[in-house]
Amino acid sequence: MPRKEITSGNWAFAEAMRQINPDVVAAYPITPSTDIIMKFADFVSNGEVDTNFVTVESEHSAITACVTASASGARVMTASSANGVALMHEIFPIAGCFRTPIVFGLVNRSVGAPINIHCDHSDSMGQRDHGWIHLYSEDAQEAYDTAIMSVKLSEHSDILTPVFVCQDGFITSHGFEPVEYLDDDVVKKYVGEREPINSLLDTDNPVTYGSFAMSEYYFEIKRQQIEAHKKTLELYDGIARDFEKVSGRYYPMIDQYRTEDADYVIVVMSSASGAVKDVVDDMRDKGHKVGCLRVRMFRPFPTEAVAAALKGKKAVAVLDRALSIGGTAPLVAEIRSALYNSGEMIPVNSCIYGLGGRDFFPKYAEEIFTDLENGKITPEERYIGLLE
Amino acid sequence: MSIKMKDVINKKSPMTQGHRMCPGCGAPTAVHQGLMGVDYPLVIVNATGCLEVSTTVYPFSAWSVPWIHTAFENAGAGASGVEAAYQALKKRGKIDKDIKFVAFGGDGGTYDIGLQSLSGALERGHDFTYICYNNQGYMNTGAQRSSATPRGASATTSPAGKVIPGKLQKPKDLTSIAAAHHIPYVAQTTLYNHMDVANKVKKAIETPGPAFVNILVPCVLFWRLDPALQGDICKKAADTRFWPIYEVEDGEWKLTYKPKKRVPVEEFLKPQGRYAHLFKGEKSKALLEQAQADIEKDWQYILERTGETWEPQE
Repeated sequence: MPRKEITSGNWAFAEAMRQINPDVVAAYPITPSTDIIMKFADFVSNGEVDTNFVTVESEHSAITACVTASASGARVMTASSANGVALMHEIFPIAGCFRTPIVFGLVNRSVGAPINIHCDHSDSMGQRDHGWIHLYSEDAQEAYDTAIMSVKLSEHSDILTPVFVCQDGFITSHGFEPVEYLDDDVVKKYVGEREPINSLLDTDNPVTYGSFAMSEYYFEIKRQQIEAHKKTLELYDGIARDFEKVSGRYYPMIDQYRTEDADYVIVVMSSASGAVKDVVDDMRDKGHKVGCLRVRMFRPFPTEAVAAALKGKKAVAVLDRALSIGGTAPLVAEIRSALYNSGEMIPVNSCIYGLGGRDFFPKYAEEIFTDLENGKITPEERYIGLLE
Repeated sequence: MSIKMKDVINKKSPMTQGHRMCPGCGAPTAVHQGLMGVDYPLVIVNATGCLEVSTTVYPFSAWSVPWIHTAFENAGAGASGVEAAYQALKKRGKIDKDIKFVAFGGDGGTYDIGLQSLSGALERGHDFTYICYNNQGYMNTGAQRSSATPRGASATTSPAGKVIPGKLQKPKDLTSIAAAHHIPYVAQTTLYNHMDVANKVKKAIETPGPAFVNILVPCVLFWRLDPALQGDICKKAADTRFWPIYEVEDGEWKLTYKPKKRVPVEEFLKPQGRYAHLFKGEKSKALLEQAQADIEKDWQYILERTGETWEPQE
């Protein structure tokens, strides 16, 4: 029987790790993802998993060991945040190119400077272009479920791509809420055993990983990764539906909340959607035709699904929890591109919010909707909750 | 038990011909000599460097065993991951072979940018062997100085000029640093005697737990050395005591080669163009004296650790 617990996003992710019982976890602690690793260390010490837990001396070594362990055929998980993620940066494209499945609990935290332990998406957005699947969780339940589902996604023979399972630092990772856990045997059966190809440990069939490919081959190898991302878009929904069969919970690439007949939509990722959805309900009660589109999968970006969801809207506001200083913030860039490609010339406001953990209050969402309704559309970025 | 020439003479190296290393380069010799005495299936982890780029030019590979390269500074961590996967899969009954793991890095990837990763892997006790093929500079990128570059050598970021006579600092003693991790086996050698390389690497690989072997190899291109003198220059490195040949087994230090005679350092330096400035000009004598003094001091350090004496024939 599934059991419900009041727990945090970090502990829920760690519980998924316990149930998955990966072959190898190589990890280095950093706030706010540390809880995942400490909780998992307890599972190791108490014999609740028999994972080979490698307590490396840095994040760079953590992700390196994850990549080489995965290339050796092991099922691999880890977790990190912020500057730890930044230190891993060099190895992420290598993991993507080697097509090594890894399920990575990325607890979003702002990247210094200034040093700041709280949430924004600058850490994961800094890694958006290197051949990893990026999934953003709204709450602890979703972080738990996504961890389990991502094992299948990452290891799928037509995908073979590492996955970031993002959750908002402190807000989700340390906030306590009810989470329904699947039975251990259900998870065990669902994830099954990894069936590796091209394992380094298959010494009868030696492979060379990480060779030197110059201008004659590099481009073609990258093209193969693009194909794997396209395949991910095709295959994702089937994997999400399979997970629904065991859990009763379905997580589409985009979460459309009362958008169908809405005129005005806020597009957002991760936990801030909670506040936006509450405001949608309140404003709907007062007759406003508003909705919330939560983008759950950021890479590969579900361009067509997003364009279809926003088709015919009168105006849209996109909330980014990360900057691209001197350019266009990552989510709004994708949304504008998706709309342009589909021929939808819908006015879009770009709103930056929540940097370094700045609170996002429901009143902000209401103001953003009101501006859309009043035709207050500006090409410049807006800064929500900033003291100027 | 030490191996003999007849045991290995017909064995194939896991690194085949057809690679693109320079003629006379010591790195492939270190790989061949080191691995020819090993009877286990191997997985190789390689740091970025000459050995890595020149043996795996896509779509070719000179390696007949599984091989992985990720980046420059992380061969220790890379080997940790492979070994961790092996231990996990073995425990779970998915693998039954005995496989051994060897990491190769140059002095750049080992002494400098990869030191943290190496230290972490040694401290964690992974069952693997790290072999540093040490040619005393960043030769893959054009002979920049490293922390293994000897005092007085000219390198492209410490060139011998009118005012500064090459690198001013003594190299780091990485073999001692590895030994300070109190791991089961540490050794230092060079290509002066191929059975010594074969035996030390074999011992390193067969000893459970982490092992480190530091092999001095010439970069004939940037040592500016006649490629035919690969073995000869290594013999001179051992005979001049420029590169002491020793091992540290379970904390016991032991000189495994004691030169019979006192040979002046000039014999090692003179054939190499990187030291040409030590043999001309008014500062020449002082620089050579400094080079000899460095050797005497380092030799004394090794003698103290081994508890041995050295009485050369005069």
